[in-house]
Amino acid sequence: MIYGLCLILFLVGFYGIVVKRNLIKIIMGLIIMEYAVHLFIVLVSYQRGGIVPILQEGQSISEFVQLAVDPLPQVLVLTAIIINFGITALVVAIAIRLYEKYGTFDINEIRRLRG
Amino acid sequence: MTPYIIALLLVFMIIGAIIALEIRDTLAAVVALAAVGIGISIAFLFMGAPDLAITQVVVEVLVLLILIRATISRDVTTIEAGRPQFVMTISVCALLILLLFSLHMVEVLPTFGLQDHMVNIGNPSFHYLSEALSETGAANIVTAILLDYRVYDTLGEVTVLFVALIGVWTVLRKKGRLRGEAVAFGQKEEDDEA
Repeated sequence: MIYGLCLILFLVGFYGIVVKRNLIKIIMGLIIMEYAVHLFIVLVSYQRGGIVPILQEGQSISEFVQLAVDPLPQVLVLTAIIINFGITALVVAIAIRLYEKYGTFDINEIRRLRG
Repeated sequence: MTPYIIALLLVFMIIGAIIALEIRDTLAAVVALAAVGIGISIAFLFMGAPDLAITQVVVEVLVLLILIRATISRDVTTIEAGRPQFVMTISVCALLILLLFSLHMVEVLPTFGLQDHMVNIGNPSFHYLSEALSETGAANIVTAILLDYRVYDTLGEVTVLFVALIGVWTVLRKKGRLRGEAVAFGQKEEDDEA
């Protein structure tokens, strides 16, 4: 059920990209899709009762290996979050540039003005 | 307990996402998007990923600033909402069909939070969890992987971020594009520069 809810969040973002005409709303849809994918990867790697993959003082390694959640997906998602931030900044910059050139965020209007 | 909290947070995030996309006031939409990001961050905390939660909050604040910078003092509320009726209907139907197929895909995955083992022996993660302290001296395994085992990955990430920064700077700079476009746009562009 939780995976299904995550998929619905992804599809809400997809709906924003497909249906909306406002460029800012399209960018918001893109950001929501990114969030849903990050959350999905971490959800799949989660284990019930798992502890944070940080060693506490006095904890034995063998016990820690049994209890900790998988740290590798977390590292990959951490990288993905930063890279998606770069993507978002670039997309917003292009949107601002389009606004300067055409005076609107409406993609139909931009297409019409382009001729 | 945790699955119910995560499910509740996900419902909250879906509602926030729909509000962000449907509300007419752009500033309110940006704030609703920030609520989605904070929800993700809290979900990360519950799933044992505090490093991700911290990064998510920082990135969320920066995205918020960028989006407000993009929308403030710009005329964006006048855009009529949505497309023609039949386009809307077709898109929503296609999305629902996609959801149906994806739900079948989800059934293949193991139940949430109930894999057979935590980390299988022979996984890279098993090696990281058992050897990271003696090999790198870091108590936080995520940091140990990020900054030691997969440090070239992080280097590539910083490179991508740097390239994105150059891209933003190139797209937004005022100098240099005046020569080409002053002819096309005439006096108006020059007034904007001043």
